[in-house]
Amino acid sequence: MSALLEMTGASVSLGGNRVLEEVSLRVERGAIVALLGPNGAGKTTLMRAALGLIPLAEGAAQLGADDPTLLTARARALRAAYLPQRPQAIWPVGVESLVALGRYAYGAAPDRLGVADQAAVDKAIAACALEGLRKRGMDEISGGEKARAHLARALAQGAPLLVFDEPTAGLDPAQALGVGDILRAHAAGGGAALFSTHDVALAARVAHHIVLLKSGRAIAQGAPVDALTPETLEQAYGRKARLEPIGDGLAVAFE
Amino acid sequence: MNRVGLYAALIALSIAALFAALWLGPVPLGFDDVLHGDANTSTIVWEIRLPRALTAWLVGAALGLAGAALQGLLRNPLADSGVLGLSGFAALGAVIAFAFGFSAFAPLAALVFALLAAILVTALGAAARGPASLALIGVGLSSFAGGLIALALNLAPNPGALADLVNWTLGSVEGRSLQDAGLVGGFLIAGAALILFAARGLQALTLGEEAAAAIGANLQLTRALVVLGAAACAGGATAVAGVIGFVGVAAPHLVRTVAGHDPARLLIPSALAGGTLLVCADVIVRVLPTDSELKLGVASALLGGPVFALIAARLAARGGEA
Repeated sequence: MSALLEMTGASVSLGGNRVLEEVSLRVERGAIVALLGPNGAGKTTLMRAALGLIPLAEGAAQLGADDPTLLTARARALRAAYLPQRPQAIWPVGVESLVALGRYAYGAAPDRLGVADQAAVDKAIAACALEGLRKRGMDEISGGEKARAHLARALAQGAPLLVFDEPTAGLDPAQALGVGDILRAHAAGGGAALFSTHDVALAARVAHHIVLLKSGRAIAQGAPVDALTPETLEQAYGRKARLEPIGDGLAVAFE
Repeated sequence: MNRVGLYAALIALSIAALFAALWLGPVPLGFDDVLHGDANTSTIVWEIRLPRALTAWLVGAALGLAGAALQGLLRNPLADSGVLGLSGFAALGAVIAFAFGFSAFAPLAALVFALLAAILVTALGAAARGPASLALIGVGLSSFAGGLIALALNLAPNPGALADLVNWTLGSVEGRSLQDAGLVGGFLIAGAALILFAARGLQALTLGEEAAAAIGANLQLTRALVVLGAAACAGGATAVAGVIGFVGVAAPHLVRTVAGHDPARLLIPSALAGGTLLVCADVIVRVLPTDSELKLGVASALLGGPVFALIAARLAARGGEA
């Protein structure tokens, strides 16, 4: 089965510094891949390179069957929905209008949605529990609600691959698990997701595959039980860690 | 308010303002004189007041539209062709053309110089942190253009430079003809066509540049269309009326209170509101009992300046967020 995203020996230089060094990964349909690693490890850079927003210095990236840097913005948007870290709503538009921006690549505008567009927007709003907030301004809702509105915007895009940069930052544990459920449901429906997080336990619980980055290198990757060990976590974060399987998850405590 | 209602209200206000501009002025006319006056009043109404009022409306519409488009592109409610230096540069271009005997090329020179300022301010503004620093870049460009206008007028072969300086830097629509109105109108139509084509891109920019690109917006195209369109609007308006500030800040600001914040939905309403505002401001300068008529640019600064300061203060209080 062909991968939605594949990177082979991908390296990125920014301002003369290597910020990503020979990273390889595959994201196939049905899979959830989590990027872990300390701040500055290269998680965001990896995602931006995967989307073709920044060029690779070496190696190759393929979004679907194509080099993402050669795709038009529209073609890229139809293949992958990107949720940047700290997403912005510069103008305090309504929640539903913001979500509807996800339909941009289909030629829709918030005040001009086709039947399919409206259906996608409604589905995303329901999935993110924003039903009662449709008409509220983005300046009138809480931080968690804002985060969910941006998440819904990305889901409304209807792209097979979700690329989410710290989608659970600032969310309470229940809401963070809710994001995990959304990613799971998307993958179960034939899509796939690549997301970054600092929540090791959440990544272990939600993802099928973990990529642990440190200083631009993938120091460990594989299934959560293989990639996440006291040794790899200490190597990545510089602190001793204890791990214990609990139910379908993993309890992680740093010393 | 729904969109049809908003458009209808703004068009009605525009017509009311234009009618008031035909009726009110230093020569008092009866209400009936506007439509059924004698030869004398008909000259005043149709040959003096009408071209002037139309010019004011079109200049205001061009500035309102340019302001709304620049605000969407730069994601900054303080953006305006006057504040960002487009108008100052346009005036500089027109002054150079007039001063050195190429007055036929003044509108073209105004357009080219406005374009130069628009390119400069968007390029420099790309790295600007927060709305206020962008406005400061514009203040710098405006002052620079003002200095160069004074210099050009000093170097110009023909005298009367000081009066010209005042005319260009404190704009006016006094004594403008239907040809002048037609000139602004042409620039406005060209500018509006470019800007409306960029409307969806401006909408996408609500998410910031990176996310806008990720939902499929072609940002290079959006940027080019808005820069060209705003330069056409500011260049045409300034070539005919000189520098008139703050209409581009005030019009979108007022429209937002009833139409919401979607940048695409603000464009045409801001043009209609800008036209209405400037016609009203021009009526005010004509009926004020001053010895020599107050410049329209002064009136628009008196009305728009406080609005600008208010928006800036509110932005500062919110830590720079729109």
